[in-house]
Amino acid sequence: MKTDIVLAGVGGQGILSIATILGAAALKEDLYIKQAEVHGMSQRGGDVQSNLRISSSPIASDLIPRGGADLIVSLEPMEALRYVEFLKPQGWIVTSTVPFINIDNYPEQDRVAAELAAWHNTVAFDMDEVAKQVATARSSNMVLLGAAAPFIEIEVEKIEDGIRTVFGAKGEKIVESNIAAFRAGLDFTRKLIADRG
Amino acid sequence: MITKRLLLGDEALALGAVNAGLSGVYAYPGTPSTEITEFIQEDALARQRGVHSHWSTNEKTAMEEALGMSFCGKRAMVCMKHVGMNVAADGFVNSAMTGANGGLVVVAADDPSMHSSQNEQDSRFYSNFAFIPTLEPSTQQEAYDMMPYAFRFSEEHGIPVLMRMVTRLAHSRAVVETSDAIEENKLSYPKNTRQWVLMPGNSKVRYKQLLKDWDDCVKASEVSPFNKYIDAADHSRGIIANGIAYNYLMECFPDGCPWPVLKISQYPLPQALIDRMAKECGEIFVIEEGQPFIEERLRGMLGTPLPIYGKLTGHLPRTGELNPDFVREALGLPQLERKGASQVVMPRPPALCQGCSHRDVYTALNATLAEFESPKVFGDIGCYTLGWLTPFNAIDSVVDMGASISMAKGAADAGQFPSVAIIGDSTFTHSGMTPLLDAINENSNIMVIISDNLTTGMTGGQDSQGTGKLEQICIGLGADPAHVRTIDALPKTHEQMMQIFRDELAYNGVSVVVARRECIQTARRHAAAAAKAAKK
Repeated sequence: MKTDIVLAGVGGQGILSIATILGAAALKEDLYIKQAEVHGMSQRGGDVQSNLRISSSPIASDLIPRGGADLIVSLEPMEALRYVEFLKPQGWIVTSTVPFINIDNYPEQDRVAAELAAWHNTVAFDMDEVAKQVATARSSNMVLLGAAAPFIEIEVEKIEDGIRTVFGAKGEKIVESNIAAFRAGLDFTRKLIADRG
Repeated sequence: MITKRLLLGDEALALGAVNAGLSGVYAYPGTPSTEITEFIQEDALARQRGVHSHWSTNEKTAMEEALGMSFCGKRAMVCMKHVGMNVAADGFVNSAMTGANGGLVVVAADDPSMHSSQNEQDSRFYSNFAFIPTLEPSTQQEAYDMMPYAFRFSEEHGIPVLMRMVTRLAHSRAVVETSDAIEENKLSYPKNTRQWVLMPGNSKVRYKQLLKDWDDCVKASEVSPFNKYIDAADHSRGIIANGIAYNYLMECFPDGCPWPVLKISQYPLPQALIDRMAKECGEIFVIEEGQPFIEERLRGMLGTPLPIYGKLTGHLPRTGELNPDFVREALGLPQLERKGASQVVMPRPPALCQGCSHRDVYTALNATLAEFESPKVFGDIGCYTLGWLTPFNAIDSVVDMGASISMAKGAADAGQFPSVAIIGDSTFTHSGMTPLLDAINENSNIMVIISDNLTTGMTGGQDSQGTGKLEQICIGLGADPAHVRTIDALPKTHEQMMQIFRDELAYNGVSVVVARRECIQTARRHAAAAAKAAKK
């Protein structure tokens, strides 16, 4: 197996915890992992991304080549579009539709939505809303992880184990809340795929 | 026992050092090197052994403190970002002259692409002219494996070793196999005592020896386990790739490169391996992360006039970090199929956090300076550098650590008024105290604002060495206590801050305004920790 993922968002949104969970799951499965992160100045509200590569055979580069990614996983719709050049033509975009507007020239939201829709292989919905319904607003990144899970070649149960590992120290309540958010995201994508036939 | 852990390049290096019997790490925080020291501060074995890991005031003090530990026979490490090498340079270059007793490893984390830095300087140039052998890992595993090797090499050859990291490896995670830790060294003193006293008579003797030893270092590079010559059938071309650039090359050839490849991860350059490539191949392609260090040297090393391609010939970009796409293009491989870039995406530059005290300082400063015709504000390195961006547009220069105060003084010498320096608390103790002394000694007409958020903010909130003593330091340096002012930096103190700025600008001499409030990020963390403690 080999899944190359571009994780995207705005500094402070929490995309790195997604990487941490998938990393923990992949490590347990004895898979190869490379995960390049952004630290430093960009974390102050700038655009941030992480290249996460998981494979059953050794991985050479820490960076994914343009046209090489299977998946863009984003907490912000414009940030998802920033990396479309990295996606394979048949790759998937999984993103929350909630914009993070901290710049004056943020594009019209209709244009962002139109570009996302034009990609076809897109899973885009209001992940804050889903998170609020099943857990807390802060678990929208776990909704996102769930929504992306069907495109990642790691069993769902193993990813849930990863969530338990990463959040375990914070107590059972937090773990269950995050797993509920994860499952809500997972259900959304599974239903979407089933509807597409 | 071998265990597997998912580690950042920085963390792998740190763990490798601890397991290699490290007795002390010395560092000033700087992206992308910070996580090395942070890892050691939290590591169970390092804590149990009492491995030194307190932050130093700057890279020069760190370098010399580590050299002192090496003098006493123990294994020591210094970590810094590439521009920290400029600060540490005096100690670094001269540590080649003293040599090392206990293993001494200097880690410089270069930042190609300037993700979080002001330039792209390549630390290999420093180690080359200082005659300090250098290691450059390609992978997180190598970062780990190189540490025991580096300490051993340093002790066997009696010389410090530079470990060159780059951002992409420092901040990328991979699975690393780790081994058991060895014991720390016992206290022991240098056998050759003369070379530790760098008086001309001693230095002249030592320098000859250093040059002679360099030949041994070349030989060591030729048989290094980290330099690899991988032969292939097609000898029309040979490829030399350093450190992480080797990964990008191999990414393009999952089934193996059709041309011979020389992977370079140890310097000085392995002359014999390069000679072999020059003899056997029709041309040489250099794929190099950083400035064209190998490529430039190659042009002076080869016996035959062989075509050499790389950054100097425009086949690879001169600026920014490499990636697999640049390498594909340079070698004439087709790009992977993909769709075009988005038409709607806008840049999203970083900004000061909402609720950050630097915001309140800049708001008050801008309002005050609006009353003057041609104010100039000299900025410094830290989160508050972001004050250059809108909506503040508050600073006129940012150069290097501490330059705010020295440049404000120079500007005042030139007749500039108002001449204002704004500097963070950690940057002030790093390199701001000495220029402040200059200004005090000449009674320069400047106002220095120390925007004190009680931490080293930009790198994630490490301890700041001046916390609780900034006013004392300024007064101790000779500042007039009446013109060392302190104010809480808050939206509600806006008018008071403006009044202080106005008063101190009216004073013809050096004034220091300490505008203080804890970093919003560390304050949140402290509040969360306090809440958790209260629950228990």
